[in-house]
Amino acid sequence: MSRVMPYITRNTVFWVVLFALTWLLSRNSFALYKALDARWIIRFPKKYELPLEGWISTFLDWLVNTANFWLFTFRDLTRAIAVVIEVPYQVLRNLLIEGFQTGLGEQAVQLAPSMSWIAVIAVVVAVGHYARNWALAGLVGLCFLYLAVFGQWESAMITLASVLVAVPIGAVGGLALGILAYRMPWFDRALRPVLDLMQTVPVFAYLVPILILFGFGPVSALVATIIYAMPPMVRVTILALRAVPAEIVEAGRMAGCTARQITWKVLVPSATPTLMVGVNQVIMLTLNMVIIASMIGAGGLGFDVLSSLRRLDIGGGIEAGLAIVVMAIALDRASQAFSERKYSEPRSGNVLQRHPWSGTVVLVVLGTFILGRFVPAVQTYPEALTITTSPFWSAAMEWVNVNFFDTFEAIKTVLLKGLLLPVKKFFAGIPWGWGIIAVGLIAWRVNGWRLGVMAALLMAFIAASGLWAKAMVTIYLCGVSVLLATLIGIPLGIWAAERPRAGRVILGLMDTLQTLPSFVYLIPVVMLFRVGDFSAMIAVILYALAPAVRYAAHGLREVPEQLVEAGQMAGCTPGQLLWRVKLPLATPQILLGLNQTIMLALSMLVITALVGTRDLGQEVYIALTKANAGQGIVAGLSVAFIAIIADRIVNALAEGQKRRLGI
Amino acid sequence: MKRLSLAVATLLATAPAFAEDSSDPIKLTLHDWSGQLITTTLMGEVLKKAGNNIEYVQADYIAQFAGLKTGDLHLAMELWETTAREAMDEAFATGNVVSFGETGMQAIEEWWYPAYMEERCPGLPDWQALNDCASEFATAETAPMGRYLGGPVTWGGFDDERVEALGMDFEVVHAGTDAALFAELEAAYQRQDPIVLWVYAPHWAPAKYDGKFVEFPAYSSECYNDPSVGINPDAAYDCGKPRGPIWKAGWVGLADKWPSAAKTIENFKITNEDMGAMVADVDLNGKSVDEVVAAWMTENKDTWSGWIAK
Repeated sequence: MSRVMPYITRNTVFWVVLFALTWLLSRNSFALYKALDARWIIRFPKKYELPLEGWISTFLDWLVNTANFWLFTFRDLTRAIAVVIEVPYQVLRNLLIEGFQTGLGEQAVQLAPSMSWIAVIAVVVAVGHYARNWALAGLVGLCFLYLAVFGQWESAMITLASVLVAVPIGAVGGLALGILAYRMPWFDRALRPVLDLMQTVPVFAYLVPILILFGFGPVSALVATIIYAMPPMVRVTILALRAVPAEIVEAGRMAGCTARQITWKVLVPSATPTLMVGVNQVIMLTLNMVIIASMIGAGGLGFDVLSSLRRLDIGGGIEAGLAIVVMAIALDRASQAFSERKYSEPRSGNVLQRHPWSGTVVLVVLGTFILGRFVPAVQTYPEALTITTSPFWSAAMEWVNVNFFDTFEAIKTVLLKGLLLPVKKFFAGIPWGWGIIAVGLIAWRVNGWRLGVMAALLMAFIAASGLWAKAMVTIYLCGVSVLLATLIGIPLGIWAAERPRAGRVILGLMDTLQTLPSFVYLIPVVMLFRVGDFSAMIAVILYALAPAVRYAAHGLREVPEQLVEAGQMAGCTPGQLLWRVKLPLATPQILLGLNQTIMLALSMLVITALVGTRDLGQEVYIALTKANAGQGIVAGLSVAFIAIIADRIVNALAEGQKRRLGI
Repeated sequence: MKRLSLAVATLLATAPAFAEDSSDPIKLTLHDWSGQLITTTLMGEVLKKAGNNIEYVQADYIAQFAGLKTGDLHLAMELWETTAREAMDEAFATGNVVSFGETGMQAIEEWWYPAYMEERCPGLPDWQALNDCASEFATAETAPMGRYLGGPVTWGGFDDERVEALGMDFEVVHAGTDAALFAELEAAYQRQDPIVLWVYAPHWAPAKYDGKFVEFPAYSSECYNDPSVGINPDAAYDCGKPRGPIWKAGWVGLADKWPSAAKTIENFKITNEDMGAMVADVDLNGKSVDEVVAAWMTENKDTWSGWIAK
């Protein structure tokens, strides 16, 4: 006891003093500047600002217009990549919706029609049945039937084509990078900052260069999507491979496996359940990018959402948004089922007897192909039979708006005055010089001087780019949102893990929230809470809640059965079991969830710039609307640096917790 | 099926009238607001009648410039003086994008209020009457000042300066996009709550909601540039906003590859009234863009056939 107490005290003293000092400086920075007549205290002096924006713009200009590798230019290279991606995409698009044509534009002549809606549904039902059973087949089939009945078919097929191209590239690429990182520690170290940048530099920041390099249209959208959706797969792969018990690897070695065999026959199969969490994330993030992708020419459901909301057709937006969710559910469940698929005895007999379902599907596809020539309803779902719930949503929104606005306004005022404004004032007041030192000190305390120096340098970069004030608004908005998201999310995750039935509903809801394009709720949120920080916060919480819940639930479920039993035998009540055994053991996973929540919150801040905030997200968005690549990238990097510092600190906390627990 | 029959019909019905135009499709950009879809579809249909091959491509308003510069995209039909000026200047400066002249439509931008506010603020639409009842527009965050919802900061507009110069008791809050802007209007209109915000025309909002633009002292370039001009002798921007044309612009190679089409594009002109009526038909009466454009073309055959270069 006597040895523990001084440690706790010293630690506590450090945090209390640091906070008190920061608070004092924050409160008095303005008075200090007036008293000393030193404006540099609150504003980074303009003449020392780095002219990074200009440098980056010049570099990109060079890269795009003159960079040359003897035989070909950089742009030739990227355009070649674009062609490689475009071929499978175009084939899928022709197959699913456009039909095969010859000629260009309006003079095109159709050679063969696309697959009919009946044929597509037959295929997905068969895939569902193959992956697991009739229940899944029914679910997947219903999902696709929804798309047809609600009149979303054409857009949905365009979106499906891009998902079917982006997800395999993202998943396989992520797996490959993850394996490399697992096998080569130096690669891991080099990769981590790149991953952070890929996930946190807002897509808007590099949209302009990508468009120039990859050409205008769906391919650029696919490239941006892959960049954004791949990092979780890499992260999960590394985590999953490391979690494979050493005994299994040993067994593989003793059986005489080569390094390659160990990877593919031992590590990857044992890690598959966790790897599928990664694939799940790739699918979800891909569908998340559907909106931004549609801004640069991908079309599909994302475009429907965007144009509906510009007309304030909330119902139309919700329907198209739900179509994205429905598609996500179908793809997600099917991919999960594949990972858990049991090996079954091959059937005997002739071709049709051995493959009854494939045979049936081929028959349906051919049958509808021929029938579709004569009966248009077979080829395309008849428009007269589509239903729409659009008027219902608009009326519901109006009803809520008219009847509950005052209640919302009251809640909002309380939260604004009690939480948001004081926190904003605190962060806005911190003088940049002290801010850099304080962040460095926090990082040093958590993980030693290396991280401390790095964190201080990254913060200095932000200050030297003249973005300090906006960065503080970013940290404040993100911090408040993450705090509230965690407070809501972790209890939900615990609930989901403890009560499987409630868990299914909660996790389903989280999937919905994460795949429902944020635009869909951004507009209703603005209608109810007006333009401002509060609306932005609500949108961020809705979006960033999912990982907090999911990782908490996952962490609790992964607690080894023996330890839970040991706890039970020691006579723990269920409450004690949760607090003393399960939660401490799940802390590393929960912290990983916190990490992801922060990342998602930061990425969402760029979207909330569309509502109207004055943070780094707005800076990125302004850069995009002015097509200023340099400004966009500098602001994007600043967002990324905040994310990286947060990530390192949270990770160090998780590692520390693991060491303490001995796992 | 519809696509197929359309394609065949086009192929059969139109023998290329101008041999010198390339048969490659001219790519026109589509954005996400109805007015632009109508303008672009109208241009596309007229070009089709002239025997050109065309293709519509979805593109972001600003991001499209990257495509126009490289020739991936060929023609943008609605570039507003008020919102695309900087992007246009930058693109023109590269020499890869050129202007195809005005569309004939004039962009109007100004402070706007719903008609039910006239009861609560007698004297509207005069700006001084608006200022006298600024407290009506106050919210928890802005009280005691009134709240004016401005456009995205990137739109410019000098509203902060205007409030300062005219000594108005308003605080300017900037929306991030026009979707957010009109979402607030829709919500306030449903509740019949006070609101004054940035509205522009041609747009569906002035057609859907009953209201008026605030009348500020008339705009002049001197008022913007010379502090001594206007009501406030010490400040510029003590007047209303300018009105500006909506431009057409495209890839520099368009005129070489499709010379006749380029002339047709330059000749394209349409009025605010015609466009406003078509936008309302689409957004408020639920008609499709194709339907509305086809109806306009039947009624105004002389107008559009005059655009096609002889």
